[in-house]
Amino acid sequence: MGSSTYMPKSKVGKWFEERLPIMGLMHSTLGAGYNAPRNLNYWWNFGSLAGFMLVVQILTGIILVMHYTPNVDLAFRSVEHIMRDVNYGWLMRYTHSNGASMFFVVVYVHILRGMYFGSYKSPREVLWFLGLVIYLLMMATGFMGYVLPWGQMSFWGATVITNLFGAFDFYNGMGESILHLLWGGFSVDNPTLQRFFSLHYLFPFIIVGVVILHIWALHLPGSNNPLGIDAKGPGDKIPFHPYYTAKDALGLSFFIVIFALFVFYMPNIMGEPDNYIEANPMVTPSHIVPEWYYLPFYTILKAVPDKLFGVIAMFFSILIFFVLPWLDGSKVRSAKFRPATAFFFWLFLVNAIFLGYLGTKLPSEIIINMGGGIDALTLGRIASVFYFAYFIVIIPVVSRMETTKPVPTSIAQSVLDARKEG
Amino acid sequence: MTTNDQIEHEEEVTRRNFLYVATGVVGAVGVASVAWPLVDQMNPSADVLAMASVEVDISPIPVGQTISILWRGKPVFIRHRTEKEIARGVSENNDPMIDPADDQDRAQKPEWLIMIGICTHLGCVPLDNTEFQSGDYGGWYCPCHGSEYDIAGRIRKGPAPRNLDLPKYKYLSDTTVKIG
Repeated sequence: MGSSTYMPKSKVGKWFEERLPIMGLMHSTLGAGYNAPRNLNYWWNFGSLAGFMLVVQILTGIILVMHYTPNVDLAFRSVEHIMRDVNYGWLMRYTHSNGASMFFVVVYVHILRGMYFGSYKSPREVLWFLGLVIYLLMMATGFMGYVLPWGQMSFWGATVITNLFGAFDFYNGMGESILHLLWGGFSVDNPTLQRFFSLHYLFPFIIVGVVILHIWALHLPGSNNPLGIDAKGPGDKIPFHPYYTAKDALGLSFFIVIFALFVFYMPNIMGEPDNYIEANPMVTPSHIVPEWYYLPFYTILKAVPDKLFGVIAMFFSILIFFVLPWLDGSKVRSAKFRPATAFFFWLFLVNAIFLGYLGTKLPSEIIINMGGGIDALTLGRIASVFYFAYFIVIIPVVSRMETTKPVPTSIAQSVLDARKEG
Repeated sequence: MTTNDQIEHEEEVTRRNFLYVATGVVGAVGVASVAWPLVDQMNPSADVLAMASVEVDISPIPVGQTISILWRGKPVFIRHRTEKEIARGVSENNDPMIDPADDQDRAQKPEWLIMIGICTHLGCVPLDNTEFQSGDYGGWYCPCHGSEYDIAGRIRKGPAPRNLDLPKYKYLSDTTVKIG
């Protein structure tokens, strides 16, 4: 957050600014004082959309807590109370539950945009780390939030996911001790629900803190851009306000329409019907599925035959993003000038979506009817191998071998060239 | 002069070092002793531990039936096995198994099979196939990831690593068993 050139117009403003220069800070981070590359496309909207979703989730969440009761005997009923009795309670809950999905959608696009245009590369590695930390915190928050309604899927999802930590059974009884510590009992029960509730309320505010660091780290080098080259002179940049505030506002309007479509017309499409049955520790639903945003990782977990290594592979599949800046050895950031990199990027994306699709299937389900038929487990293994090969083999090799296309000398120059061609 | 100064200086540094280390150690012990209650509060509380055992009257369970009771928030299966089932369990003792165990070691009294009804893979409740001895092993089947257990609760097929766990239990009389 660079030095401010902000000059308050009013006397009161000047008086205040001398004592706490917070308006200047806002001005230089999200206002006219921040000069961003002039060529940012609509993929650059998703950062501010993620920020918007964080605010929506915190606001609706605080309201839901005013009516929710974190107790195994009352939690399910209090959610029904919110849905039926509380004024606009249904709106708050549907906004919050679909909001979680929307938050993940925009964050996934935001991450993929960073991957495609090389936003993780030097000098933005720490910016990338902070983004990944936010993502990990979101995963934890989303998981714990899904447990709170105390439906069947809440309970059994919590049981399966917490049991993963029992895999760390390095000496006799260690796995069990970890589980008892996590649960506060001998199974998922009231103590578990209450601590998940406490942490589900806390984590979003930690996310806010990391978001501030994320924006701070962004403003040292400034935003990356679709060309991936450094913005140099004033000809390469335009003030964030009004140019990008207007562009973000337009994108936000479209986004809200889609968000509203889910909330008002298909509020339960992301959820599992089983979660409208109250949690019952004596009966397991016939098919346990996590929320869609965890599905690719769930498939990787199921693909490994060993419990411990399955869990390690699953965690590793996310943590590997932290070393991406060093796996990629190319001097060019943007995949616009790296055709092979771009090709494998899209392949990675298709594979990740396919992993997610397989996550909803039983391991023995036949997916491809060819010959004897190929089941979900086999395909999951192939897709998991490709997932890791993308990071460990494809990116390091392709980024170092590939002949890149000529990169424009400056952002301004590329705009002028495009005009000539047009 | 310089020598004196140096000696004094060095002496001061060692004393200071000692104080740094001592302060650090005391501080670390202090932090650890404050941190432990903050972590330990997450472990099962006294009332949860107090509920850790139940007594069950098994006299109403007819031969060939299973009941599930809730113990420590988990289902416990109590099966009154038939002679045929016991014979099958014993006869399969030497079959290939993921977690080999003899039928005799699975129950204190062979007709009463008492097990925690939690799949050892990821904690789902297996479904009962015992009534018609259906499936390849005639025991329990976990719907989550397809683990199959036999009539002694031994894992025979699927991703689960262990046989169904046996709780600690004691017969208080012929008809009462204390679990936990």
